[in-house]
Parts: sequence; structure tokens; C-alpha cells
Amino acid sequence: MPRLPMLDRRAAVAELLKNRGDDLLVVAGLGAPAWDCTAAGDHDLTFPLWGAMGGAVPIGLGLAQAQPEKRVLVVTGDGEMLMGLGSLTAVGARKPANLAIVVLDNERYGETGMQRTNTGRGTNLAAVAKAAGIPVVATVGSPARLDEAVSLARTARGPVFVTLKIEPAEHELVLPPRDGVHLTQRFRAALGV
Amino acid sequence: MPVTESSPTPAADWPADAVAALRALDIEQVAYVPDAGLTRFLTLAEEEDGIAMTSVVTEEDAVALTSGAWLGGQRALAAMQSSGVGNIVNMLTLPRVCGMPLLMLVTMRGEPGEANPWQEAMGRAVPALLDAAGVEVRRVESAAEIGPALARAGADAFEGNRQICVQIAQSVIGFKGFNGEGQGRGEGDAPTPDA
Repeated sequence: MPRLPMLDRRAAVAELLKNRGDDLLVVAGLGAPAWDCTAAGDHDLTFPLWGAMGGAVPIGLGLAQAQPEKRVLVVTGDGEMLMGLGSLTAVGARKPANLAIVVLDNERYGETGMQRTNTGRGTNLAAVAKAAGIPVVATVGSPARLDEAVSLARTARGPVFVTLKIEPAEHELVLPPRDGVHLTQRFRAALGV
Repeated sequence: MPVTESSPTPAADWPADAVAALRALDIEQVAYVPDAGLTRFLTLAEEEDGIAMTSVVTEEDAVALTSGAWLGGQRALAAMQSSGVGNIVNMLTLPRVCGMPLLMLVTMRGEPGEANPWQEAMGRAVPALLDAAGVEVRRVESAAEIGPALARAGADAFEGNRQICVQIAQSVIGFKGFNGEGQGRGEGDAPTPDA
């Protein structure tokens, strides 16, 4: 059976972040998700990670709890999410209504040579998130359903977890600033804290 | 194993002192993996309004959560047992590279008198691991010193964007015994420990 076309990561992230304002705070997981968020437009209220693998979701949780009036969106990859799977239980336990997690799942470790991850060998991330107590979960792989995924990530009462099944294609590197102190200070300044 | 309630004197009620320090520091989030030695502290912190308590399943998540809280304008504490320090090493990248404050409270296991030999390896490694990763370790060996030490460490961390761990000696917490052996108690809070 021919495989159905999956999402293009750059186009999907551009939709995810379209028309963002100062009420959207973004944590971008290391590697391609950070490049995707930067390609959609670098923003003071995006915190891209260059390391701390497995930390995107707990960073997002701490941020969501500190800023309950803002929408917090974690955009990360399947490899990064797999390293921090346990953090989904903290999200399920705390249930912050303003937190959404979107995993760009290409079933590959993209930064290290496109080795396969366990999402291509049987692990269903959305099912893990559901079992961890996250009430709203979805897996979207077709462009026709991207609007639905964006709506969940941007506006649905959270916590929300969405897996976007994306093509394992490599894109041009669009790099955010690397200086962690700068990234931290610009984020806090833009937030006014 | 017999269970006896400790009745700490006011001077030795370090969990109450530590929670008072959290309030004075305006700490609004605590992320933790429990330790027997932290039981009363965690219970008292949970009773406070305005402190969000997040139970994480691995200690690195506590470090990451405190960094997220800082991005959002809040101060947070990461609390854990010494064995958990081994789990956090790579995540220490985040506060170190980003110039974010980190305040840790670590209760020690594996020190002289420890009944579980598996605690010794990581207990021994705690100061060296934290030092190697750039976290300043401040060891406290009496219950009365814990509250003031936490207050000072928090002020230094949050006002200077430094990474500081307050390490509580096992002699303060008490020692676990199995099958009635070695029911040593510390001078402070000592609820029934588990493994």
C-alpha cells in the first residue's frame, strides 16, 4: 500500500506560529524544531534550545505555571520528547490549561544522522501522553487536518498534546541566536518580568 | 519497623524554617522528587498558598522546570535526594549556559551510618558532580543552619543569577534502619524513611 503523504515540517510550523502575538510563549526543542520555529520568524518570546535534551516539556510546564494568562507552546521533536517522556506525567498531574505540546515526529534523530527513533518502531507518543493524564491528544499526519491541529495547539483548553507526523526531509538550517544568556534576557524583557 | 514521631524543638524545626525562607525569597514553585528527609518540608510547603508544587519523576525535570519558571518571571526551588543529583547533570547546562539562577535543596544519603550500601556511590559523588558542572555546594550540618543557609543561597542565586545547592548532611536527617537495626535519628525532621 502506498504511504500517504505526511506533513512538511516547515509549512506545519509556519501555520502553528502564524499571527502570533505577545500572548504566545514558545519553547522550541533542540535541533530541527528550533530551526523550524526560527524559519517561521525569530521572536523574542521564542526560547530555542541548543541542548538540555528532554527538557522542553518541563521548561514549558514551569513557564506555563508562571504565566497562566499566556499560551505556552512547546514545539519539539520525537527524539527530544522520547528522552523526556516522564515529564508528561507532571503535565498530566498539574494539568495547566494554558500549555500545549506539539511534537514534530519524523521517526528520526535528525541532528545525528537520521537514525530511527522508537516512534517508528511502535511507540505512540499521543497514546503515552493520554495515558500520562493529558486530556486532549491528537495525532495528525495529513495536510487536510493541519488546521485542526493548529486550533488545538493555539486555542483549545489544555493541557494539549499533538503529534504531527512529518516527512523525514532535511531543510535549510535557519539558526536562532546561540547565546543562552541573550535568549533568556530577551525573553524575560519581552515578557516584562 | 517501628514508627515513632519525632518532636523537633522549635530551634531544630528546619522544615518550617526552610518554608519560611521560601516565602521570604518569594519562591512560587517547587519541583521535587521526594526523599524521606524532605517529607515534612514538602508537606509544609504544600500547605502554603501561592507555592505550586510539582512532583516530577526524574530530577532533571526539576532543574528544567525551575528554568521555565524563571523565564516566566517566577522563582523556583528544585528539591531532591542525593541519588537524584546523578540524574541532573546534563540538564545543568540550561541554568549554566543561560545565566539563570538555580536553587537546589539536596538531602544526603550514603554518608557514614548509611544502611543501604547502594546509596554510597552517588552520595560520595554529589559534591564533585555539582562542582564539575559549575554548581556551588553549600553543606549544612545542623538543623538550625538550614533555614538561614537556604535564605542566603536563594538571595545569592536569584539576585546574582548563580547556581547554588544547599546540601543537608545525613546526620541532620537521620538514618534508615532495616528490620530494627540502626534506628538512628537526626536532630531535625525524621519521618520514617523509605529506601
